[in-house]
Amino acid sequence: MNANQILDASGIAKSFGAVKALVDASLSVSEGEIVALMGANGAGKSTFVKIITGALTPDSGKVLIRGKQARVGSPAEARRSGLVPVYQEPSLIPDLDVADNLRLTDTPVAPFERWVKELGIEGLSLSDMVGDLPLATLRILDLARALASEPDVLLLDEMTAALPSDLVERVLKVTRQQADKGMGVIYVSHRFNEISELCDRATVLRDGQTVGDLVIEPGVEDRAVELMLGQRLDLAAREVNKTRGTIGDTPRVRVKGVAIAPKVTDISFDMFPGEVLGVVALEGQGQDELFECLAGFMPPTAGSIEVNGTTTAFRHPADAIAAGVKFVPGDRADALLAQRSVRENIALPFSARMSSWGWLKMRHERERVAHAIERLQIDTRAQGEVQRLSGGNQQKVTIGRWLATGVETLLLFDPTRGIDVRTKRQIYPLVRELAEQGSSVLFYTSELEEIPLACDRAVVIFNGRVVDIIDAENADEQTLLRAAYGLTAQEGAA
Amino acid sequence: MSDIIKKNAWVAGLVALLFVLLVLTKAIQPSFGMSGLESVARAALPFAFATAGMAVVVIVGGIDLSVASMMAVCAVTAAVLMERMAGVPAILIVLGLGFVMGLINGGLIVLTRVPDIVVTLAMLFVWEGVALLILESPGGATTEWLKQSIRGSVIPFVPNALAIIALCVAVVWIPLRRSKLGISIYATGSDELAAFRSGVAVGRTKIVAYGVCGMFCAFGGLSLASLTGIGEPVPGPYLMASVAAVVLGGVVLGGGRGGLLGPIIAVLILRIVRTILTLLAVDPNVTTIIEGTIMVGVVMLGTAATLRGARK
Repeated sequence: MNANQILDASGIAKSFGAVKALVDASLSVSEGEIVALMGANGAGKSTFVKIITGALTPDSGKVLIRGKQARVGSPAEARRSGLVPVYQEPSLIPDLDVADNLRLTDTPVAPFERWVKELGIEGLSLSDMVGDLPLATLRILDLARALASEPDVLLLDEMTAALPSDLVERVLKVTRQQADKGMGVIYVSHRFNEISELCDRATVLRDGQTVGDLVIEPGVEDRAVELMLGQRLDLAAREVNKTRGTIGDTPRVRVKGVAIAPKVTDISFDMFPGEVLGVVALEGQGQDELFECLAGFMPPTAGSIEVNGTTTAFRHPADAIAAGVKFVPGDRADALLAQRSVRENIALPFSARMSSWGWLKMRHERERVAHAIERLQIDTRAQGEVQRLSGGNQQKVTIGRWLATGVETLLLFDPTRGIDVRTKRQIYPLVRELAEQGSSVLFYTSELEEIPLACDRAVVIFNGRVVDIIDAENADEQTLLRAAYGLTAQEGAA
Repeated sequence: MSDIIKKNAWVAGLVALLFVLLVLTKAIQPSFGMSGLESVARAALPFAFATAGMAVVVIVGGIDLSVASMMAVCAVTAAVLMERMAGVPAILIVLGLGFVMGLINGGLIVLTRVPDIVVTLAMLFVWEGVALLILESPGGATTEWLKQSIRGSVIPFVPNALAIIALCVAVVWIPLRRSKLGISIYATGSDELAAFRSGVAVGRTKIVAYGVCGMFCAFGGLSLASLTGIGEPVPGPYLMASVAAVVLGGVVLGGGRGGLLGPIIAVLILRIVRTILTLLAVDPNVTTIIEGTIMVGVVMLGTAATLRGARK
């Protein structure tokens, strides 16, 4: 016990019907301390966060604020007792302007504006409608609003997930500064590098229980992962088995001098069969547009795209699909039929081709679907609705179904965003397996450490143009980050 | 300045449309003048109040199918009370009654978690029965000054009926819109989860919004009593008409966007269209087809214009 302790939650339990989300969760924060809350998906992190911030009431356990038992029955009450959350999804009202959003939470305007500047957002007007602002800006506004209300404890839930690297740095810096002034911070995140840079302690949750409280020091990563997974992680398993080898000399897809107004100015690269080609870029460098263009959502304003040696002009997503180019959007909800079963979702691409396949192939289809489900390791719930699966398992379905169907070119846009470590490590082998089958995979990820794990080569895009193509084998995070910032020229990365 | 125009583009468009229709009316019927305008405004009075009430609940993200029944309850209560007591206390009682009926609607929706459309459909029948219990057949009386107040025009070129709508809506809505409660209403309709997380008491906000709707229905009931001079227990055709005007008036079904000015102008537009079609001696059966077509057309054009504006 220490005198500076601000928040102390202990013995928290919460059940939803028969499902025990939390069994015995605890967490404490003192003045000036930054505590990471970690746990694999399904460990009960988000339930715990909701209880601490008053969005849910616990079945048992107590929350002490400065040593006094607190009843935090709603987000408004949490706010009044000095506990201000920044949730993973923006909690600003899209149809109100910024000023009205501030009035809603009684946030003083002058400090808010100061924080917005401090956090690196320029040219914001209070009369801007929130719905018109980009996601990254919304996250920053959410944070600025929280900071402006001078919280005792700030809770950041995956704060940096949708932010470009430069804004991440600002956020970390400001958070550290405020902690040094005495604010307590609970930092929920999947990102080890941020946690080790920022946090003092880490509380690890597994299966609804707090299983460990770690002091952040070099090498703590392995210990944390071990606690999260509940078993000693075989470090060798981190190396994804890569049977290198592009098949043939003809590129599957050749992108030549593509420009898409206004963001993309000059992108060229080749993708070969059997290759996973990584895309490295800071937020908003034109990668969104590139993927949408390749998926047929919009045509390029200049340059050309060749598929299997033929120049193509996709006017509609159907054109891209017909040419064997399949797009898996970053938002899983866009790719799956949430209320249908895993089996149906995997078979969906088959069904779409049913007319040309005829009934004779039905048995064959069933076998391949069964194989894919087995391969995904979520077989026990294969009959359930996809929406009941965790985000990570949903993503496995969006990628894994192409294993069953077979695909020439797959575009994966940030498939591992917001997914826990364990599931991520099941996704990389899926991607590799696709490549072994002869697919070409274009793999954009916002987490640089994934590039050497999953890719053969990486295209670095900066400011709408390709600045480098790096051999993924030799690409450590630092090299990639320098390249992503457009700094390669002086030193040479590979 | 351009910001204000951008935010109110829909209302500006409706005003322009209204003006065009007025000119058209004058062209078809050169004798159309102040008295014609007055009768249009008078006829629009109960529609306008029903629409104002509906707009508030739609903005909060709900819907109230019982507006016409609540208006009937208020109309018969007003007629019964005014037979026995002075006008002003009777009016205050009726307004209170409307507010309470609305609170009951909202309270049931929030507490039972039964969908709003189901609760208010049930309440449509309940309030209809209540109205018949109060007054089995049309009867009662309306205070004379109230009947006179909606006729003629005190302000030059502005029919009294129109001034009354403007006054009642302004007195209730403008302070509300500017208060934190008003922002909460828009917040709840726009994104309920985000509103909850921002500390809005979502349930209470909804209940109050339904209460305000009930109060506008009370104004509507009073205007019905003033128009006819008696209380009529059977609900009039105000439900669908109010939904139509709300949509035409730029309030987004689903909540969070729009205001009260647009829907009220939309009421006037729909009334004038009806007048024009009557003047042209169009078959009444065709009239409703034309009204429906105009609604879809205007909303479609408006959406297209908004989308184009957003892309710029």
